[in-house]
Amino acid sequence: MSGRAGGGGGPRLNPLRVRRMDAKEIRQLFRDPKTKRIIFAAPIIQLLAFGYAVNTDVRNVATAVVDHDRTAESRALVDAFTASGYFRVVERSDRPADLAEALDRGRAVVALEIPAGYAADLKARRSPAVQLLADGTNSNTATVAQGYAGEIVQAYGARLAAAAGGRRSGVELRTRAWFNPSLESRVYNVPAVIGVIVLMMCLMLTALGIVREREVGTLEQLLVSPLSPAELILGKTIPVAGIAVLQITLVTTVALLWFGIPITGSVPTLFVAAVLFILAGLSVGLWISTISATQQEAFLSMYLFILPAIILSGFLYPVHTMPDGFRYLTWLNPLRHFLDVVRAVFLKSAGFADVWVSIAILLAMAVAGLSFATRRFRAAL
Amino acid sequence: MDSPHGLAERPAIAIRGLTRRFDDRVAVDALSVDVRSGELFGIVGPDGAGKTTTLRMLAGVLRPTDGTALVAGIDVARDPEGVKPHIAYMSQRFGLYEDLTVRENLDFYADLYRVPRAERPARLERLYAFSRLGEFTDRLAGKLSGGMKQKLSLSCALVHKPDILLLDEPTFGVDPISRRELWLILHEMVAEGITIVVSTSYLDEAERCDRVALLHEGRLLALDTPTALRGSVSGRMLAIRSSRLRRARDVLRGAATVRSAHLFGDAVHVLVEAGVRDEEALAPVRAAGLDVRDVEETEPSLEDVFMRLVG
Repeated sequence: MSGRAGGGGGPRLNPLRVRRMDAKEIRQLFRDPKTKRIIFAAPIIQLLAFGYAVNTDVRNVATAVVDHDRTAESRALVDAFTASGYFRVVERSDRPADLAEALDRGRAVVALEIPAGYAADLKARRSPAVQLLADGTNSNTATVAQGYAGEIVQAYGARLAAAAGGRRSGVELRTRAWFNPSLESRVYNVPAVIGVIVLMMCLMLTALGIVREREVGTLEQLLVSPLSPAELILGKTIPVAGIAVLQITLVTTVALLWFGIPITGSVPTLFVAAVLFILAGLSVGLWISTISATQQEAFLSMYLFILPAIILSGFLYPVHTMPDGFRYLTWLNPLRHFLDVVRAVFLKSAGFADVWVSIAILLAMAVAGLSFATRRFRAAL
Repeated sequence: MDSPHGLAERPAIAIRGLTRRFDDRVAVDALSVDVRSGELFGIVGPDGAGKTTTLRMLAGVLRPTDGTALVAGIDVARDPEGVKPHIAYMSQRFGLYEDLTVRENLDFYADLYRVPRAERPARLERLYAFSRLGEFTDRLAGKLSGGMKQKLSLSCALVHKPDILLLDEPTFGVDPISRRELWLILHEMVAEGITIVVSTSYLDEAERCDRVALLHEGRLLALDTPTALRGSVSGRMLAIRSSRLRRARDVLRGAATVRSAHLFGDAVHVLVEAGVRDEEALAPVRAAGLDVRDVEETEPSLEDVFMRLVG
């Protein structure tokens, strides 16, 4: 409620004072071992988690098999499944009830049922039907496994037809994933860690840095000093922006050298997008600092922002699979646009011309965000 | 510090009808006070009297709802930026950066006020001399004792040589020895020509001020030198000791001869008319069957003045 009279015209800016403020901030940031750990360990931990632990690839899917036919042909089909590497047979049985149970109990994710008369049907050139049951609770794995199973069955059928000396089947479905031919989730996830890390740092260091000064009482001291609000904002945000750039470099280097993920596109484009994204992140951090009286409140607000931002970014779940309403919502999310640029530059050899729309949106967000946040910040002082 | 005293007929701070409302509550109610240049001025009152609100308005961090305050001749409401170089304001929790050293804190505040590099060594030397922080320059502020923190805060506030120093309860939570030292420092500062406005809820500290404004619920109760304020109490002040102090006070409050009665240390301070003898004053206590261990006439303290004005 403490309104301050805004005498003295426009924002006063003394570069020297801003520099001293920056120097003080950096000194404090790097003096605190906890902050240092957050700045350097957090990106590494996230990288390791998304590089190794979080594996959305579908491999060695636990499979239960009921073979009612028990012929060489039916065994060959099962072998085709296991030989692909995508499926691993964990149970065999001849009672259909066992399949349901294996799925229910979670012993298997996929169940294959081959009907009696399968070999006979093949020989008679009647298309036999095999049943594939998938545990839909893990929809991602189930969808991918179904896709693989379809391909395997089809390829196997074609081979049989060829072996039988018949015509090759007329329709041949062959799907292939682009940009990430081996469909490795690591290639997709690791570059995206840049976005999440930078967003977290911008929010956390800015908001907590300002709110801490408010809690301790130094903010009031700064306000009675000749330091202007503009100088205060710059003094607080420039070091954070610097750290964010440092982290982008760190994560990119690890992605390149450790995980061997190449940047195939334009690095300057990536950098431009990063700077705009950082500015957008800083404005959110500033804004959070204006609505939080304590560091705890700031932390909570941060989480309320960052969780939806991650979920609605395409970081873990593709944007195109979201319901319409949420898909439109992602347009308001700076992280979504930045990740579009990051993935395009890392994986799709994108240059500025390919991602200019995302960059334009980020620019608009940075400008709008900063002007809104600084206005709120001045009003809240 | 080198303000031209000869010319300085105008008060260091001129407050006229200064008012601040928070929603429905009036924190400071039409306060009008002049603080003379070079005086140690006390704003005294219990918690919630409006001391902090007044000081924050003078410092330009809180906008008055009504009225004006000229600080160093400048209207704080209209030009808070113009006031800043002239003043130092030490809030109740003066913000020190606890993760910076003594020296780094001082340097940072010197940077903010753009104290020329060439002047710094001499200034720090002086500040170290009175604060005796010279041997702790590399110690983190967070590792200092309460009293030393307070002295560092004061040093940071003084590093740009303000004309006017606004201190909000500077001795809050500080041990008695450090409190004493702090007041000695304030007297030194005043001797050098700085105008100091200090708020306190300790009435014994108020006695150390040149002039005192007694504040209660946002209103000015009295304004004068401590001596004059004490002199304003007409009649005799008796200190009565009994084994049941509270009962004694309650009984005395109801008595016709007594103008005011309140607890003070281990006694009840009772104000009676000049003509009333000791035994007459004690009669109600004895009548109530309470013992009287001791009675003596005493100088009224500021607390007595305050209690009488409020009571």
